[in-house]
Amino acid sequence: MNMLQNYLDTFFFALFPYVTLFAFFVITIQRYRSKSFTYSSLSSQFLENRQHFWGLVPFHYGIIAVLTAHFVWFLVPGTVLWWNSIPARLYVMEIAMFIFGLMTLVGLINIVSRRKTNVRARIVTSPADWWVLGILTFQVITGILTAYFHRWGSSWFAASLAPYLWSVFKLSPDLSYVSAMPITIKLHVVGAFSIILLFPYTRLVHILVLPNPYLWRKPQLVRWNWNRRKIRTPNASFKAKNNN
Amino acid sequence: MDIRSQISMVFHLDKCIGCHTCSIACKNIWTDRKGTEYMWWNNVETKPGTGFPTRWEDQDKYKGGWEVVKGELELRSTNKTKTITNIFHNPNMPTLDDYYEPWTYKYKDLFDSPEGDDQPTARPISMVTGEEMDIEAGPNWDDDLAGSPIYAENDINLDGLSEEQREQMFAIERLMMFYFPRICNHCLNPSCVASCPSGALYKRGEDGIVLLDQEECRAWRSCIPACPYKKTYFNWNTGKSEKCILCFPRVETGQAPACFHSCVGRIRYLGVLLYDAKKIEETAKFPDEELVDAQREMILDPFDENVIREAKKNGIADSTIEAAQKSPVYKFVKEWGLALPPHIEYRTLPMLFYVPPMLPVMSAQEGDSVRNVNEEFFPDFDKARAPIKYLAKMFGGGNESHLRYVLKKQSAIRAYRRAETVGDIEKIDADKALLEADCTAAEAEGIYQLTSLCTFEDRFVIPAAHREEAIEMMKDPLEHKQETGFGFRDEPERGW
Repeated sequence: MNMLQNYLDTFFFALFPYVTLFAFFVITIQRYRSKSFTYSSLSSQFLENRQHFWGLVPFHYGIIAVLTAHFVWFLVPGTVLWWNSIPARLYVMEIAMFIFGLMTLVGLINIVSRRKTNVRARIVTSPADWWVLGILTFQVITGILTAYFHRWGSSWFAASLAPYLWSVFKLSPDLSYVSAMPITIKLHVVGAFSIILLFPYTRLVHILVLPNPYLWRKPQLVRWNWNRRKIRTPNASFKAKNNN
Repeated sequence: MDIRSQISMVFHLDKCIGCHTCSIACKNIWTDRKGTEYMWWNNVETKPGTGFPTRWEDQDKYKGGWEVVKGELELRSTNKTKTITNIFHNPNMPTLDDYYEPWTYKYKDLFDSPEGDDQPTARPISMVTGEEMDIEAGPNWDDDLAGSPIYAENDINLDGLSEEQREQMFAIERLMMFYFPRICNHCLNPSCVASCPSGALYKRGEDGIVLLDQEECRAWRSCIPACPYKKTYFNWNTGKSEKCILCFPRVETGQAPACFHSCVGRIRYLGVLLYDAKKIEETAKFPDEELVDAQREMILDPFDENVIREAKKNGIADSTIEAAQKSPVYKFVKEWGLALPPHIEYRTLPMLFYVPPMLPVMSAQEGDSVRNVNEEFFPDFDKARAPIKYLAKMFGGGNESHLRYVLKKQSAIRAYRRAETVGDIEKIDADKALLEADCTAAEAEGIYQLTSLCTFEDRFVIPAAHREEAIEMMKDPLEHKQETGFGFRDEPERGW
């Protein structure tokens, strides 16, 4: 039994992360370079507008808050421990994150039921979309269970999971942090890497094309296929997508 | 001055017979793919009517176009903050039901049905879901005032008309309608471009055609509510927006766009306008009633030496300047003042102009007989069937004086030609009418020629695209010549 667990731990926490990260970086970039037409949020709001609101809005706001929290816990565990040293602050953060987690779950349930029940929405749902919805639901449920049964996550995350994740990124995965963890948490970690694995093959790539340039660009865009003024000026450099 | 050239259009509404040939030509070339079945980049509406998509002119619902807030131009539907907060669910997004659910018929049933007592029928099936459906609406179900109590009376341009005027419009003997063909206006201040979070929409520098880069569109959906004319459409299959491209592959090779080429009534004109791009922002901020004049002010005289010099300095080709001088659009819009922009109060500065229709009351029923109600041959326009106020809402930014000017000139030209050819109007009366309409005999002749006897070459003056020079910017043309191939060859498949 112990042997088997060792093998499984080694596979899921020392090998699997590298498989997923490799796929994430190589395939995402390759897909962007050769098939940028497929980078889209693939919105189905045009086909169904009401359930869309009750699914997409709670889901996205929930998951953004929860993911941001995970990133902060991972990046600055020390600061998180300092924040949590006063119990009131710890409770506020944990309860807020728990609510965001529930929001995400409610959103996901609405999204799944919309795509199941609405014929038009179902038409544009691919097998990849079902994989994404399935793994996300799994991940949110294990996350909520972890938060409820294994408190206080933000504190022990800083003490044990953050060091493990750092050890993965430093290319020397230290399994001692995770092998003793309860099964819910282990499943949550494996789920997270599975999402990273699915990422380049699914609609999740739309996260990478968030429209941040809009925030600082001028309202109107003009592209010149050719600009005689610039052809005739020998020193002017020209870019095919020249905005002015 | 920053002179740019714009391919612009005029539609002469008096000549439109509402045959939809333009729509079909466009559909057959561009929008018969999966996901585009419901799109009509070119559509023909009956006015008064609710149009396509239903009540597209109702900007309280769709929030299209611009508004001036504290002296600044702002999009009605979005801004930098709202782009982020509304990105998951766009509150102003029209849905398929605002257009119509496209359908086909199960024709196969006509052949495959088992023998029975009844004739087999081909049942309608949705082109979106593939399931059987009940057809409830189509893109032109208000055609020819069909279903007027639903469609015509809900025309948003009727708001503000008095009860009496409304009654007049729908009184059976005076009933009026006209056709309103629409394509993308290829605006100077396009709100679709300004709203696109991905920067996929852009205006082509060299000819002003507004295009949507399919590789950069990420389905954030902002352009669809932002365009007040509802001329960007969402392809639900590929997850990308699409719009009228003014048949640029045809225009670049000197051919008229398909809808122009196929127009049976020859109502469409295409030509170049030179304009001052520096003035776009200030022009779009004028009050509603002054917008038509302000936009005309931006359009420059291609015969003016100063304009020609500045245009050349800006790299505009001699052939383009020559095309601008021959442009039928320039004549209709600027020289003659006959063509007006649609709903310029949306402040996108549309570059498609309409010659508004004349709909005079020629006769009315009195008792059992129908007789001519007018002393004069062409009547007072305040008694016309289409209230000036209604037309002014569509084509004048609410300013009735433009409509009066156009209609007066049009009727003066008809009187002038009638005096010439039929002779039942005195020459002196015709000349008087011309004088009152701010028109000379020569001008009247020009308008008559270009309206009635126009050839293909008169209607479409398309400048050479000079794409052969485009490559000079990037590399040695001779080197490039050895490398040319097929370009982008990916199938437009739906993404994962």
